[in-house]
Amino acid sequence: MQDASPLLTTPLSHIWQKMGARMVAFAGYFMPVQFIEGVMKEHVWTRNNCGLFDVSHMGPAFLSLADETITGERAHLAISALVEALVPCDVAGLAPGQLRYTTLLNDDGGVLDDLFVGRPADPARQGSLYFVVNAGSKEQDFKRLVDATLGKATLHRLDNDALIAVQGPKAIEVIDILGAGPKNLGFMELMESNSPFGPVVVSRSGYTGEDGFEVLVSACKAEAFVTALLANQHVKAIGLGARDSLRLEAGLCLYGHDLDETISPIEAGLAWTIQKRRREQGSFPGSARILSELSHKPSRKRVGLVPRDKAPARDGTPIHNLSGRQVGHVTSGGFGPTVGSPIAMGYVEIGSSTIGTELDLIVRDQPRRWTVTALPFVPHKYYRKG
Amino acid sequence: MTTKYTKDHEWVRVEGNIATCGITAYAAEQLGDVVFVELPKIGRIVSQGDEIAVVESVKAASDVYAPVSGEVFDVNEALVEAPEGVNEAAETSGWFTKLKLTDPGEVDEMMDRAAYDQYIAGL
Repeated sequence: MQDASPLLTTPLSHIWQKMGARMVAFAGYFMPVQFIEGVMKEHVWTRNNCGLFDVSHMGPAFLSLADETITGERAHLAISALVEALVPCDVAGLAPGQLRYTTLLNDDGGVLDDLFVGRPADPARQGSLYFVVNAGSKEQDFKRLVDATLGKATLHRLDNDALIAVQGPKAIEVIDILGAGPKNLGFMELMESNSPFGPVVVSRSGYTGEDGFEVLVSACKAEAFVTALLANQHVKAIGLGARDSLRLEAGLCLYGHDLDETISPIEAGLAWTIQKRRREQGSFPGSARILSELSHKPSRKRVGLVPRDKAPARDGTPIHNLSGRQVGHVTSGGFGPTVGSPIAMGYVEIGSSTIGTELDLIVRDQPRRWTVTALPFVPHKYYRKG
Repeated sequence: MTTKYTKDHEWVRVEGNIATCGITAYAAEQLGDVVFVELPKIGRIVSQGDEIAVVESVKAASDVYAPVSGEVFDVNEALVEAPEGVNEAAETSGWFTKLKLTDPGEVDEMMDRAAYDQYIAGL
């Protein structure tokens, strides 16, 4: 579909085009959906080596306390108190240099977006928080952050810079080009550092289920950084197509598909993103619904599904129980190259959500037998310290 | 034996009154890795332009249309077990269906190789 407004480019769009990528419009940006080798090979390469992803369309930003006379732990607690009014995450409880995955919630406990929030490691940078929000929701997310903290904090958007993810078992070797610091990060840790490519924000995180890093680098250094990464024999550029199949195999939610304004984090299987203190204290948007779902179970739940035959089931496919009554629908579906078969995630009534439950997915008016299975489809390989 | 092509990137090869049909190498390349093919039942009567099969890549499902009218006489069962055959040999062993032609005149209206190559060059 054509959109009237012109497409935005990332600092790297022209490089992907030159490399022969198939370019598409995604969340208003001109992005590579696949390179010459195609989704399947790019996916497998990432699982075995290192995939490089341009995720500069996403929304990185720092939110910083306006009152710079407050410093250290007090500053962190003050900025956290502002942000905790919007998310169910224990932001105050973040250790210096720690990153967490969380959700922006509406008053009904529905998810407005999923995002990462991190606390700077540097003692001189307390009172700031690092955010990475989704491309498609970033304008409304940033407005929400600004409105909720008006006069008390300032938002410093960094979405004109380049955000590069390197993912896969070889990412730890590849990240060496940034110097000694980043490779000592643990999973879900971040640091700001001066690298041969200028100042960077590096986190050991990603959205493929693999070990890896996400690096925010200034737009003017982006091409040099990516060129240096691609010179490593372990690295190949990977498009959005494989990014989607990798995150689906990892059982991770895609906003607008597996998460939306009607779905609560509990229904989505994201109870682990709501830490103990927040559960005990409540007082986050939609906490009444969310705490009730935590103690009584939600009415529906996100599940993984695998087929008996070879037909993929796409987003929107109706899910019936074996009596023929609709009990849910697919929210993400495709082919899992590592699994070697179609896979899907969807929401079903709690009574149909037990692992092993057989269900009919109605693909082009034909019922096809699928089974509820544990997520993720492919085990996570995150790096855990110690 | 001539092979003809449609703007929807199907090909037809006619021998007697039997037309072997498939998708072009160009279409297969555009789709990317094919992971599933759904074929029609033998005996089904189709009109030119009817949805006759479905081909699914990692990313999406696409309809395949009957390039000519006829009765489904045979389907390429090998693609059910090995859908990657579409990528490997779209215009030969990766055929989808064989149709018993009901209107052989339809084939005459279709593009020959040179016209199809010119058509895809302009896409």
